Formats: sequence, structure tokens, C-alpha cells
Amino acid sequence: MAEHVVPHHFHSAEQAFESSKLGLWLFLVTEILLFGGLFVTYIIYRAMYPDMFHEASHHLNRPLGFVNTLVLICSSFTMAMAVNKTQHNKSNRASQYLLLTLMFAATFMVIKYFEYMHKFHDGLLPGAHFTNTEITHPKADLFFSLYFMMTGLHGTHVLVGMGLILWVLIRSNRGHFGSHYSTPVELTGIYWHLVDLIWIYLFPLLYLIG
Amino acid sequence: MAYDSNDHHKNYINAEKGIWSWMTTLDHKRIGVMYLFATMFFFAVGGIFAMLVRLELFKPGPFFSPDTYNKFFTLHGAIMVFMFIIPIIPAALGNFFLPIQIGAKDVAFPRLNLLSWYIFVTGSLLLVFSIVSGGVDTGWTFYTPYSIRTATSVILATLGVFVLGFSGILTGLNFVTTIHKLRAPGMTFHRMPLFLWAIYATAIIQVLATPVIGITTALLVMERVLHIGFFDPKLGGDPVLFQHFFWFYSHPAVYIMILPGMGIVSEVITAFSKKHIFGYHAVAYSSLAIAGISFIVWGHHMFVSSQSPLANFLFSLLTMLVAIPTAIKVFNWTATMYKGSISLKTPMLYALSFLFLFTIGGLTGLFLAAISVDVHLHDTYFIVAHFHYVMMGGTVMGLLAGLHYWWPKMFGRMYPEKWGKLSCALTFIGFNLTFFTQFWLGKMGMPRRYHDYLPEYTPLNIASTVGSWFIGAGMLIMFIYFIWSLFKGKRASENPWGGKTLEWTIESPPTTHNFHKEPVITTGPYEYGELKTTGEA
Amino acid sequence: MVDFFKIFQLPQASTMAPKVDALYDFIHWVSVVSFVIIVGGMVYFIWKFRRRREGEPTPYITGHTPTELSVAGVLFIIVMVIFYWGWKDYSKIIQSSPNALEINVMARQWLWEFEYTNGRKIVNELVVPKGTPVRLIMGSADVLHSFYVPNFRLKQDVVPGAYTKLDFTATSVGEQQVFCAEYCGTAHSKMLAKLKVMEPKDYQRWQTTWEVEQSLGIQPAGAAETTAGQAPETVVENPVERGKKLFAEKGCTACHSVSGQVLVGPSLKEVFGHEVELADGSKVMADENYIRESLMEPQLKLVKGFPPVMPTYKGTLKDDEINALVTYIKSLRN
Repeated sequence: MAEHVVPHHFHSAEQAFESSKLGLWLFLVTEILLFGGLFVTYIIYRAMYPDMFHEASHHLNRPLGFVNTLVLICSSFTMAMAVNKTQHNKSNRASQYLLLTLMFAATFMVIKYFEYMHKFHDGLLPGAHFTNTEITHPKADLFFSLYFMMTGLHGTHVLVGMGLILWVLIRSNRGHFGSHYSTPVELTGIYWHLVDLIWIYLFPLLYLIG
Repeated sequence: MAYDSNDHHKNYINAEKGIWSWMTTLDHKRIGVMYLFATMFFFAVGGIFAMLVRLELFKPGPFFSPDTYNKFFTLHGAIMVFMFIIPIIPAALGNFFLPIQIGAKDVAFPRLNLLSWYIFVTGSLLLVFSIVSGGVDTGWTFYTPYSIRTATSVILATLGVFVLGFSGILTGLNFVTTIHKLRAPGMTFHRMPLFLWAIYATAIIQVLATPVIGITTALLVMERVLHIGFFDPKLGGDPVLFQHFFWFYSHPAVYIMILPGMGIVSEVITAFSKKHIFGYHAVAYSSLAIAGISFIVWGHHMFVSSQSPLANFLFSLLTMLVAIPTAIKVFNWTATMYKGSISLKTPMLYALSFLFLFTIGGLTGLFLAAISVDVHLHDTYFIVAHFHYVMMGGTVMGLLAGLHYWWPKMFGRMYPEKWGKLSCALTFIGFNLTFFTQFWLGKMGMPRRYHDYLPEYTPLNIASTVGSWFIGAGMLIMFIYFIWSLFKGKRASENPWGGKTLEWTIESPPTTHNFHKEPVITTGPYEYGELKTTGEA
Repeated sequence: MVDFFKIFQLPQASTMAPKVDALYDFIHWVSVVSFVIIVGGMVYFIWKFRRRREGEPTPYITGHTPTELSVAGVLFIIVMVIFYWGWKDYSKIIQSSPNALEINVMARQWLWEFEYTNGRKIVNELVVPKGTPVRLIMGSADVLHSFYVPNFRLKQDVVPGAYTKLDFTATSVGEQQVFCAEYCGTAHSKMLAKLKVMEPKDYQRWQTTWEVEQSLGIQPAGAAETTAGQAPETVVENPVERGKKLFAEKGCTACHSVSGQVLVGPSLKEVFGHEVELADGSKVMADENYIRESLMEPQLKLVKGFPPVMPTYKGTLKDDEINALVTYIKSLRN
């Protein structure tokens, strides 16, 4: 087991961990504000065009959205288990849970991919490419602009999360983590929960308002 | 750098050699210096654009074409705001002195610190590249729908702003964490130098406000690339929404710019008056108060934008509250000098210039916070004058005070005092000539961002342009003697000014690990003065 | 001394102007007093407590909370007074009279179009009666603009996709300068208009003359479009003169010089009768038809190297006005 060295400018592993955690929470605050801008945009335009949101929302695939919600909730659970196992020095179990989490995340992205393809096919890509004729409301591409911006930004976060999970998975396999040092796993976990949480808001706001 | 092989003193500059050792350094001091050079370079670039803008306005009638002029003032604004004035004090001086002033070896996340420098350079290059590929002509505010329609390279510029934002966020969260977790034993919050309180308040704003400009610029880029319509009325969007988003960031950003300047002034005035700061707690907490209020006053930029009268009512009321913590600071700095032993060295001259100019900048803010008067003055030269008094008269003067004050510590060399005073005097005189006239122009109704103007505005514009040459001369002298002093300046002692904060207890320039032994702090940062008289803490 | 201050005193030409000035002056004097206290104190301390020798002792003073609190308290009262005063006047600015004279304003890059309820349209010139409440209903055809009359102390942004309103009552007869105060692109600083205030009876006559001429089918000669009011000119101007006048009035000068200098659009000096190269590489002879077509459909045959930004004048220019403009542009060829 590789021994983790506390960086020279910290007094103790405890201080290093506390710092990293505070830093990550601050980062999550910035994430919430980043998405906050989009949520505010959503609120304003939904207040302006409630009928349009109602109508356009029907063009999203609810079953797929629902499945994706379940997938992410499961992945949050496996992530939490991975953190737990790491702290109890069960690196092998932790790695298995991380792998599961990674697979859930991949499933989410695959489903998302099919959803996107379907939207493109229906001509629902906003702006110049908007060719859908089924939707009667003239401002409907505002809804799809929001849909693609919000889910797109969220999807980017899922991809980043997958990268992080892969990274801690590799390190976990090499036995870098244990009860003495589990910062990367824990921080990745916190980040991953936020990514899930944002989706928990996105799903009803986009899919379920019709 | 400034040190040759004859120098036996091991310090952060000569600890490792070669450009690569700088490019990969994790030392907060080296990163601070790298930030300093990058931002000062952009200060010079932005300054050149400013001179060109004033040149155009020297007389009525065109000198440059309107499009060229529009690009000049846009680039002047964008470069000065995003690449100079927002990053310089926190990222350069803050990076260098924050860990030292709390008795730490480094910031909490040295790698993140270096990363943020590279992100800064990347964002800057994007903005610079937008100049090369034709420039931007939207004004630094990127107001929609003009920014959606103009043919200039808005995408590159806004991407640049987007990327620069991440650099600010990383610096901010690094500093907040460092202050919370890495203070030396005995360094309580109430023993921290006021510079750090200011940096702390700034960092909080950076963390909370910058993501919003991030998402706003991202949306703007999407508008241009994909033609989605959040801000374009043709597609059902609302152009005023952009202004709300923009100022939700950019008003707090004004305090990102000014708060660190205020912090420096607290340091310099105490050191050169040999006095304890008057009302430590009031000055410290007013920084936090200003940071807090900064988030709820953005709408005062939009009194005539067609936002609702109720919004105008609230934003005007809340804006008035900013006056109180700000005035308390100004009052306390003045009171600190009372019965002091005042020495007028260059840093102090800059700090006093700050006090003089910032007072004008702050007071003219009252005109703009009163809605009915703002209806007249909004978007005129009065605004231009007001924010230059705050940003240049305030922040830049504070910066230069700090730069001269800490120069010996950073590079182990003294700047030449006589030239320093001359440069300060030229800048101060030139500044007032350039911008005080603009208050008058604004009151007389001359709108801003005008390529050409009516003949009745000519005399004041001439005065203003002549003033800009004084500033240019003053700054040029400063750049020259700073560079000169890196190589030829007199060696600096540990504590040339008799300062009391921790950085003055270590070598000039400091060693890589700052302290040989971790300091233990038992007193506050401004324990000047021997005669114990009445007075409360 | 009085004269010196006059230079910096804008005329007060609306009901709001004296009110805004009164608050301005109040804040001005509050500022002067505060400035004198702060900077005066600073200068006095610098002199009085200048360092006479190194290491001289200084007293240990850490603050005085009662002073701080009273400074904050006094200040709070002052700023609340300023706030309330500003708000009270602002409520008057946004108050609109129910029987106001309504005029439509359309802002576009880079001119102002004013349209009266009788259908009369004028570019870059707004005529209003003195002492009568006027309401401008403003829209923008492209980007943000801002309607600003310094002598009225009034300003209102013009937002595309929405209508904004500006209410005012002019108090003195004469000509006021209108600026665009919100940056709107290349010729922002040329987006100027004149606001002419007339005695109500002159205004009435000015409108009636036009209405009568309209109903009789008379194409008003250039003279009728002038606003000299009391003395309508009867001399029929020659078309070149009239074209030149229209060229300025309709905002053409913002983008087209007649001196050869390139502004937003091509210069019209010596353009007539010459071939011009178009954006698609083809060439076209600049004759009467091309100029007329460019006024009506400016984007159709765009001159190479210029952006497609010119607004159409379809509906704003009458036939005889187009003729006059063409004649004028012709006269520039020598």
C-alpha cells in the first residue's frame, strides 16, 4: 500500500483533508450559481410563456427521463457505498462499487444520447435548425434552447464526473486509499451527489410540467 | 532575475533557475510575481487603448474611423476590467502576501493556484486573439442584442471572459480555504491584517458572482453560434434579461476591484503614520458589509432600462446603504492619521491620492444612486468620470501604493524614491485633469461611447485628453524605474518602512518557505504607538 | 463669477429640469461639505503631524465607537433624504397625463423616426407644443437605443421587442438636442435629432397646414416641411437644395459623407454615373434607378466592403423627396 504524503504546507492529514473539503464545497457553491443562471432563465420564460412550456414539454420522452432518474439515484447510492467501503479499508469492494457507479453514469449518457438523437431527428434543435412543425407555439424553440442548455451542461458534468470516478477507481485498485487517506474518493462522491441532485430538479422542471 | 551568483542569500527567486522552474512552480510567491507581470503588461496595453480613445476625442471630427474607435474603447474596457483590475491585486499581491501575512508556507491548493494562472493566460490569449481577428465593438458590457448582431469577434472575446472567470473562481476559493484553514497559531481572524479581510471579502464575491457571468457569456456564445433566442427579441427573448445577468456579476465585480485597494490603503496608512488603525473592527466588517450589499444593488445600472418602478425603488434604496460602510472606511483612514508621525514616501502619496480621489468617486456615486438625477446622468460622461474615480482613482492608486510598499519585499530592491514621487504627482494631476472635466461634460449631457461630439463640448474634451498624456507620462516613468530597480535598485532591508505585519519579519525577498520557524502570533497587526492613551478597541 | 457658472449650467426646458437640478444641487453641496471635511482633515493632519524625526513617539489610539456610530447615523439620515427626494421626483417623471399628446417613436440604426397620430412621419425632427404633456411611445427596429434630451433632464432606453414610454412637458420654445445615449454601433454618435418646441397655436398651424395639403393631394414643397412656424416660406427651393436638406434631415449624413470620407456606408462624392462594385463581385452603374432602389431595398445590391445595415426608406420618403435626393446626389459628381 502506497503511503500518502501530506503536502509540506499542511501541519497534518486532518488539516489537509479539511481544506480540500472546504475547497470542494466552495466549488459546489459556484456550480449551483452556474446552474442558477439557467434556472432563473427558466423561471422567467416559463412565467412569460406558460402555455408554450406546457406544450413543448410533451415532446420530451418521459419514460426515458424517468429511467435516467432512477439510474442516477442508483449511482448515487453505489458512490456512497464506495466511500463507505474505502473508509473501512475495503478497497476491493470500493473498487467494485466505483465500477458500478461508472456503469450507471455511462448508461445515463447512452440514454441521453438516444434522446438527443431523437430530438435532432424531430427537428427540435433550437435556433436556425428548428424545423419541427408539430409544435404550434412560435416561441417553442426557447423551451428547447433551455432543454439543451440545461441537460447539455448537466451532461458535461456527468462526463467530468465519469472521468473523476475512473481516476479514483484506478487509484483505488492500486491501493492508494484507505481509512488513513480517502480524500479523492470522498470529494468525488460529494461532487457526484451534486450532479445527481441537479438532475433531480431538471427532470420534473423539464419533463413533468405538461 | 534580480539576483546574480554573487548573492549568497537564498530566496524564492534564486532557489531554482531557468524558465521551466517558473512555469512549473507551486510557490505562491512565484505565481504572484507571474501574475504581476502578466497583469501589468495588460495594464500597459489597456492604457495604450485609453490614450487612443482620448486622442480621438481631442477635437470634434474623426481621427480614426467610428468602427476603429468603437473597438478601441471596447478593448480598453475589456482588457482593463477582466485582465488587469479584477485579477491584479488578489492574484498578484494577494497571492504573494496572503500566506505570509497569516504565517503560512503556501496557499491551501498550490497546484490549483498554478492552474488558475494558466487559465488566466488562456483566457487572456482568447481575448487578445479576438483583437487580432478584427476586434470587438460592443463595449465591455456586451449588451444584447447588439452583441448578437455585430459582425465583430464577440465569440472569442466572451469565451475569453468565460475562461478568465474560472481563473478568478479558483483563486477565490483557494484564498477562502487558505484563510480558514492555514492560519498560524494565534492568528485569529481579529488579528489578521485588514488587507486580508479585504481579500477575504473579495474572494467570497469572486466565488459567488463569477459563475453567473460564466453562464451569461456561455449563453451569449450559444446565441451567436446556434441562434437560440434567450436575449434576442426576434426569437421571443428579452434583451434586458442579459443586463440583469450581466450586472448581477459585474456590480459585485466592482467591489472585487475596489475592496483589495481599500485593504492596501489600510496597510499603508498605518505603516506611514505609525499609528494603530482607527476602528479595526469597523474597517474589517465594513469590507464584509460591502461584499454583502454588492449582491443586491445591481439594478442601479438599469434605472432607465425599462425595469419596473418598484425595482428602481428598491435598488435605489439599497444602493444608498453602500455609502455607510464605505464612508466609515474613509473616515477611519483619515482618523488613523490623527496624531501620527506621517512620512510622505511614495506608497503613502499613492494612499493619500486614493483617499482624495476615492472620496470624490464615492460622493459622485450619491448623484447616481438618486433615481431622478441618474435619469439625467446615466450613460453620460458623468458615469465615465465616476467609475474612473473609483476604479483608477481608487483601485489603481491603491494598487500602486501596495506595489511600492511591497516592492522591496518582493524583489529585495528599493524603487527610486524621487522618481516615484514624480510619477505619482504626474499621475495625480493628470488624472484629475482627465476625469474631473468629464463630470462637467456629463452634467452638460455629453453621452458616453461617442466617436464624435458637438462643438460645445470641445474645450473640456481637450483638457481631458491633455490630462491623459500626463497620466501616460507618469505611468511610463513608473514602468521604467520599476524594471530598472529590479537590476540596479538599492538593496532593501527586511523592514524598510517599519511595518508591523508578518511579512516584515522575514527576509527581503523571502525564502521559498517564507518562515524559518512557524510564527506564533500574540498581538494584532497594527501595534504602533507607545503612548498609551484612552481609547477603546 | 456668475458667468463662469453659466457655462456649466444647462438650460432648463422641461417641467422636470428644475426639480432634477434642485436635487443635483443639494447632493452637490452635501458632497462639497463632506469632501472638505475628509480631504481638509487629511491635508491638515499631513501638515500638522508630519514626521519630524525618525522614531518619534505616537499615541496608541485604536478607535472610538461613539464617533463611528454617529458618523454612520448622520450619514444614514442624509442618504435616506437623498433617496426619498430622488424617488419622489422619479415618480413624477414616470407619471403620465391621461390626455397627453401621443407620438410614436421608432429608433433604428442610426436615426429617429417620429410618427404623429395624423400619420405624419418625420425623421430626426420632433415637433411638440409648449406646455402640453407629451408622451413618446418608443420602439426599436434593431438594437438598444436611448432617447435623451439633456435640457429636459430626461432619458429612456428604447428596447427592441417592447415599447417604452417617456412623458414630458416642454416649458420653453426653441430647439433642443436629442441624443442616443445607449451605445448602438458604428454611427451611435451621429444618431442625433432635433426636438422643436412651438407655441401651441403654431404647432396647431404646423399640423393643420400639412393635413390640408395632404387632403388636397399637394406634395408639400420643402418649405412646408420646415418648421419656421410663424413665417412659412413660399419660395420653391431648387431640388438640389431640397435634396441637400433632406439628406441631412433624414439621417443620411450619419453614414454617408459627401466629402469622400468613408463612414459606415460609402461616400456619395462623385458616385453618380460611375460603376460601383457590389458585394458579389458584379458591377452596377450608379444611376437614378440604382439610387432609388438602394433607398427602397438597401440590401439588394450592396456595395462591396460595407455591412448590410442601412434601413429601408420605403414609406418614409415621398416620391418627390426621392427625386430631390437623387438630384442632390447627382450634383455631387462634378
